[in-house]
Amino acid sequence: MTRTAQRRTVEKVAVRPMQAPPPAGDRRRRRLADQVRAYGFLLGGLVCFALFSWYPAIRAVVIAFQKYTPGSDPEWVGTANFTRVFADPEFAAAWRNTLTFTLLALLLGFAVPFVLALVLNELRHAKAFFRVVVYLPVMIPPVVSALLWKWFYDPGTGLANETLRFLHLPTSNWSNGADTALVSLVIVATWANLGGTVLIYLAALQSIPGELYEAAELDGASLLQRIRHVTIPQTRFVILMLMLLQIIATMQVFTEPFVITGGGPENATVTVLYLIYKYAFLYNDFGGACALSVLLLALLGAFSAVYLRLTRTEGEGA
Amino acid sequence: MTTRTLVSPATLARPRGRAVYWSVFTGTVLLFALAFLFPVYWMATSAMKSPDEVARTPPTVVPEQWHLSGYTDAWDLMQLPTHLWNTVVQAAGAWVFQLVFCTAAAYALSKLRPVFGKVVLGGILATLMVPAQALVVPKYLTVADLGLLNDPLAIWLPAVANAFNLYLLKRFFDQLPRDVLEAAEIDGAGKLRTLWSIVLPMSRPVLGVVSIFALVAVWQDFLWPLMVFSDTDKQPISVALVQLSQNIPLTVLIASMVIASIPMVAMFLVFQRHIIAGIGAGSSKG
Repeated sequence: MTRTAQRRTVEKVAVRPMQAPPPAGDRRRRRLADQVRAYGFLLGGLVCFALFSWYPAIRAVVIAFQKYTPGSDPEWVGTANFTRVFADPEFAAAWRNTLTFTLLALLLGFAVPFVLALVLNELRHAKAFFRVVVYLPVMIPPVVSALLWKWFYDPGTGLANETLRFLHLPTSNWSNGADTALVSLVIVATWANLGGTVLIYLAALQSIPGELYEAAELDGASLLQRIRHVTIPQTRFVILMLMLLQIIATMQVFTEPFVITGGGPENATVTVLYLIYKYAFLYNDFGGACALSVLLLALLGAFSAVYLRLTRTEGEGA
Repeated sequence: MTTRTLVSPATLARPRGRAVYWSVFTGTVLLFALAFLFPVYWMATSAMKSPDEVARTPPTVVPEQWHLSGYTDAWDLMQLPTHLWNTVVQAAGAWVFQLVFCTAAAYALSKLRPVFGKVVLGGILATLMVPAQALVVPKYLTVADLGLLNDPLAIWLPAVANAFNLYLLKRFFDQLPRDVLEAAEIDGAGKLRTLWSIVLPMSRPVLGVVSIFALVAVWQDFLWPLMVFSDTDKQPISVALVQLSQNIPLTVLIASMVIASIPMVAMFLVFQRHIIAGIGAGSSKG
């Protein structure tokens, strides 16, 4: 701190050679004034972060160990919230659904955009068309996408079954069947979000030096070998980043199950975040909701830490 | 900018290569049109079908008769003006609050050297590790304690606590040359004046990116407004659509969905170059 202060004084003197340096007391007062001003600029942001990020994070942990109903005094209950939540049959279902959803979304949401980006990168015409069209669903509000697909999935008159009938294929219950509901939601989420992923992959593909492909081709590498030995290693970092981001995002899925299936049928699509919502707003059990939140926080925080770690080391390496 | 990609230009130039290229091209155009454009077309036109026609099997691709009543009914029955206006107020306020407080804080952290500046920045960046949705319940309780339920401030103030946007701004300010700011100071400009007349005009690109992120985030959000606006008249369009979707004719619902999508889609079409370039430049999503 003192060294920066010194450097600043030197800089100031250097810019203003005609003036004598201000007396020491004046300088200290100026420094204090600088600090007050700096914190004046910071104030609004700091208050918001304190109230809506830092405090809730601490509060989630505190309330997880309390019996908490708004309006009455909180009461310490130890780990009772956790044991109650663990005993809830919906708990296991919610975690199973969330993990399955994340896994399926990763398979679909990772492979499909990668292949699309690979193809788009080879096409030399109508580039703007492809980029705009693939990103269009991302700009449609998630609630609208969910309602749109709910209507498509309607077993009687929905477009999904109409298409299957048109192709003479067996129809499905889609979001109304216990065994197909979760997959149906994954399709919606993938449709709605893949545009962003495609564009990020596309940017990564464009940064691959062409000489690498040229050299590989001279060595007699086939198309698939070039993908395997040039494209994938060169984009490995972006792939890993997006995978982690996608895990973090999809594990917080709420809108699709809430709007399309309402958690049903038979709890097949209750997700962890949905269960948190139910505990808080249906059961009025904020202790249980916070206990669940803490579990979700711990798991996703670990993924986020890995993500930040990786991006930081990459940033330093570049 | 034609750099060498997976397939070499020589391969493409051969007759067989050209045939494969054009069939892949056509296939991709069809796939994109079918997968991404058709659902949107289906939504926009179905809202103009008659209630009988919308429920008919097999469905009609082009409406037999074009009715605008779906859209006009949606406007009146669903109280769309109220909910659209609520959304606009919430998004615009979040945007203004974020621009004012995040730029001020980023400027302080980047240029004013506050004591404990590093600690503050660390605390802000640490929130990036905390998944936002997992914190909604304690955040809701805090908002309730502050008496902000059913108040747009419940959207505006938490929007300021956006570490990603703040960090984006701070990184940009870090790159601004020091001597320009010092020159302004020598000319007698105060800190606020320097921020307003020197830093902000030089930061147009990053301010644009932050603005788009801020607006899109509020317009697309669902869970948070669902929690904080129990009062139907205060709800944004996303929440209102779901709450009202149960007991409304299908064509009216679909028309409302279209209307709810128009502002964001229009913004995207106007700013698509910037938005797409921003995503490509590696800004993370989700």
